[in-house]
Amino acid sequence: MSTLVIAEHDNSSLKVATLNAVAAAQAMGAAVDILVAGADCGGAAEAAAQVPDIGKVLCADNAAYANQLAENVSLLIAEIGAQYDNIVAPATTAGKNTMPRVAALLDVAQISDIISVESADTFTRPIYAGNVIATVQSSDPKKVITVRTTAFDAVPAEGGSAGIEAVASVHDAGLSSFVSEEVAVSDRPELTAASVVISGGRGMQNGDNFQLLEGIADKLGAAIGASRAAVDAGFVPNDYQVGQTGKIVAPDLYIAVGISGAIQHLAGMKDSKVIVAINKDEDAPIFQVADYGLVADLFTALPEFEAAI
Amino acid sequence: MKALVAVKRVVDYNVKVRAKADGSDVELNNVKMAINPFCEIAVEEAVRLKEAGTVSEVVVVSVGDKACQEQIRTALALGADRGIHVEVEGRPEPLEIAKLLKGVVDKEQPKLVILGKQSIDGDNNQTGQMLGALASMAQGTFASEITIDGESILVTREVDGGLQTLKLNLPAIVTTDLRLNEPRYASLPNIMKAKKKPLDVTTPADLGVELKTHLVQLRVAPPPERSAGIKVEDVAQLVDKLKNEAKVIS
Repeated sequence: MSTLVIAEHDNSSLKVATLNAVAAAQAMGAAVDILVAGADCGGAAEAAAQVPDIGKVLCADNAAYANQLAENVSLLIAEIGAQYDNIVAPATTAGKNTMPRVAALLDVAQISDIISVESADTFTRPIYAGNVIATVQSSDPKKVITVRTTAFDAVPAEGGSAGIEAVASVHDAGLSSFVSEEVAVSDRPELTAASVVISGGRGMQNGDNFQLLEGIADKLGAAIGASRAAVDAGFVPNDYQVGQTGKIVAPDLYIAVGISGAIQHLAGMKDSKVIVAINKDEDAPIFQVADYGLVADLFTALPEFEAAI
Repeated sequence: MKALVAVKRVVDYNVKVRAKADGSDVELNNVKMAINPFCEIAVEEAVRLKEAGTVSEVVVVSVGDKACQEQIRTALALGADRGIHVEVEGRPEPLEIAKLLKGVVDKEQPKLVILGKQSIDGDNNQTGQMLGALASMAQGTFASEITIDGESILVTREVDGGLQTLKLNLPAIVTTDLRLNEPRYASLPNIMKAKKKPLDVTTPADLGVELKTHLVQLRVAPPPERSAGIKVEDVAQLVDKLKNEAKVIS
């Protein structure tokens, strides 16, 4: 048995999501190799080689794999993955984009967003916005899996010294090309990796009022998130969205401000260790999942909170 | 150019779905069904492209039992021109749906295929990408903006770090994210007109697909319940609880 983990990286370093995926892969009980596909991705491959208990790191370094174009990378993974029993990637937007193509090329199902490994062929995964947990068993000879990163504690980033093997295959489907990206630059931790998250909802009323969250986020070292309503209203960019179809977070502390608590939002944050809700509507559903609820006007509560911490 | 839109019949997004007490399946009896919200956005986008003169015909396809013709009619009422129902009993898996859609793509030869990025029942987020691989087509997933430019399409995608724009050769696949558009409501005259629009029924055999099972659902269960905690009186008490009881801030 052997498992290939697809690394999430920025060519120079590994993203933490890779370490969560390795944890899930190791829970499956097979030897784990890591594939780093990118352009000038030697730095990421070296970082992957330091992950403990890895067999080897495969490094496919070619311009065709820059920007992780799904059409190209899926052909590469399907070729290399032919040698493996399991192919595992984090359920990030990159993993979600590429892995179903890999599964289809290999004529097997993809098992999306697993939250536990019950045995080599049986997994649990949330369905219906996390209202139901399904236990599914695969009969495919090969398993293509994406991993909900919040459900698996990251393995250590250092301590190993695996060998790095260069992969020569170049797959350029010639179907797509990268044009541009708008990446938010922030000194704050990544939403999915932060130990504290403070999110605003429709109750924030406008984008400027998110400044009320920033001071608190600075003091707590928190990431800032938002509900779908706040993103749809244009208060903040899409990459802030926490929920069923946005980012899934599970920090030690989640503070929901002016968020009513639709099922779709709860699906993205209810595995947080401690949940605080601040809302002026005492009947808001968010209070049903909050450890500490404060019924208050956020415009007076937030400055007080910032001053008190 | 012709656009093909895939739609799925799912439990309405306002329904809180529960596991049956015996864990055999989710409770779907007497539950309101609707078109998957992401699929509705896909229909709207295709109809807007037609209204803009970019697309000449919008064909809507759904895979499922007879009841999903209701969702095809909904799409027709929103402005699609004709429907194709691929009649299948049970709940085919995403890979099998993608194979059936590949069969429809081969027959219809659309320049653009638009699907929802995921359906809110299985939350799989697979079918569009799988169709892309099977049909050797480019894909723009999680789209928040699309612009057709001659023989290619620019797709702006919602990704973890922000937004990414790709250029894809046509024919291509687009899967919709929430902010691509805001779907319209069907007017009564359009609902009436939709009843007369053509709707063809086909089968997996017609499309040359033999359905397979890859995954078996062994059981379903509710997630661990989170009980409501306490209401605090004021900010001072909240900070005290976080520091001294939960110990999550110092």
